[in-house]
Amino acid sequence: MSDGLDIVGLSAWYGTDRVLADVQMEIRPGQVTAIIGPSGCGKSTLLRCLNRMHEELPNARATGSVMFGDWDLYAPDSDPTDVRLHIGMVFQRPNPFPTMTVFENVVAGLKLRGHYDRVNLKERAEQAMRQAGVWDELKDRLNKPGGRLSGGQQQRLCIARALAVEPQVLLMDEPASALDPISTQLVEDTIVQLKNEVTIVIVTHNMQQAARISDRTAFMLRESAERPAALIEIDDTRQMFTKPIDKRTEAYITGRFG
Amino acid sequence: MSELRPPTRLKSVALRKAKSAAFTGLLWLTGAIAMVPLVLIIGYVLIKGTPVMSGAFFTQTAPPPGMPGGGMAQAFMGTGLIVGIGTLFSVPLGVLTAVYLSEYGRGRLATVVRFVAEILLSTPSIVAGAFIWAVVVTTMHSFSAIAGSIALTVLMWPIITRATEETLRLVPNDLREAALALGVPRWKMVLRIVIPTAGSGILTAVMLAVARGFGETAPILLTSLGNDFINTNPLQPTDAVPLRIYNYAQSAFTQWQSLAWGGAVSLLAAVLVLSIGARILSDRQQRRLG
Repeated sequence: MSDGLDIVGLSAWYGTDRVLADVQMEIRPGQVTAIIGPSGCGKSTLLRCLNRMHEELPNARATGSVMFGDWDLYAPDSDPTDVRLHIGMVFQRPNPFPTMTVFENVVAGLKLRGHYDRVNLKERAEQAMRQAGVWDELKDRLNKPGGRLSGGQQQRLCIARALAVEPQVLLMDEPASALDPISTQLVEDTIVQLKNEVTIVIVTHNMQQAARISDRTAFMLRESAERPAALIEIDDTRQMFTKPIDKRTEAYITGRFG
Repeated sequence: MSELRPPTRLKSVALRKAKSAAFTGLLWLTGAIAMVPLVLIIGYVLIKGTPVMSGAFFTQTAPPPGMPGGGMAQAFMGTGLIVGIGTLFSVPLGVLTAVYLSEYGRGRLATVVRFVAEILLSTPSIVAGAFIWAVVVTTMHSFSAIAGSIALTVLMWPIITRATEETLRLVPNDLREAALALGVPRWKMVLRIVIPTAGSGILTAVMLAVARGFGETAPILLTSLGNDFINTNPLQPTDAVPLRIYNYAQSAFTQWQSLAWGGAVSLLAAVLVLSIGARILSDRQQRRLG
């Protein structure tokens, strides 16, 4: 069982524009936490703060704490590269490395960190690809270029790549929004199966998806362009979708805005 | 209405078609005219230059004035030496500068570096030659291949930097993020993901710069001087193909003049091969990243 994350007073900026204000949120270990909310509500920004990818964008920065066990990811001596060794990420658009084969893509993280044991790499690749549900489809195409696959296969390849380094937390930024329904189903199956082994945080536009796969759901909102986005409510998914406490959550879930 | 309209409409369609054909023809014509100089140059140089091209042309050195035979072996060797060393200097410098500008440079320094590269790119080559003459040739007290290489580096470096930076920017940011999110350090991400992905684009940049280096005359004239004999010592005056063409073309001896044409054919062939190669590579790159 992996550690969860405890987000304490997290704020994020682009230049002087504060886009995220003072988020307090607990990500429980071994669960799937979904973050929902309308476009521009800061859910991707929050997600990217959790493995310190936010600060890779020009002029972007974040303050506050994200506790991972007793490690504050935002402590001055905390190295973003170390953070990302433990907290992996899957992006909205599939992004396999075009110069690499399917196999090389899956083990890219291991190789780039200096693990060269070939047999071990093969085992890890197979394991990760099974977890991501692409092993049966791609086991005969391991030496084909990763960029030649269908969009759905590429995305599951990227999930396998993220899993191959055995992260304790996996962040997924609308991982199925660019995929067809069948691929979406496969990605959702993967998420459900990974539960208990990996802590998952998923940003999604799709409320049915959040309801289907998550244990807990967080609702975020940026009420006006002048004010930063904030976490409105987080609760058990069933509770959130049946009896949300906040009126704004209820309005969003019932489709009155967003 | 339908009884009245068809004739006029048909007429206008025919007119429009005729206009369209006329303009298309005009555009074809201007396209063809643009080709004329290139075809004429290549054709003329080939007619004048090919007769002299034989085994001796590539293996023998400069003939004495007024004598038949001889070749340009010393010039080919010299160009190889000067451009080779120039490439060794300018590729690492150019690629590293481009990596800095594309992957790291955000502040004022990057703006300055980019501006300097831009200025260098449009520096007249004779100025580069004169500068290196003053700085290198006078301090070493000798014209040399290496001085020529340094002068060429001044010209090739900004070409490689500019073209490489552009290819590096074509590498999707998604790939950089994917690598960083795997816990890969930034320098390794650049080295193992960004540069290989931009690979053939960088090679294209190098080929364009080498093609430029082959053809430059002025900077070599002031730095490498020329040599009638084969020289492989980078510290000695060295011959080069464009230099030899320049010298022979103004001479009174017909054999020297025809050797100059032969040199022109070789240069043209080398530059064409490099340009076409660069074109093929960059097309392939576009398709892969497309």
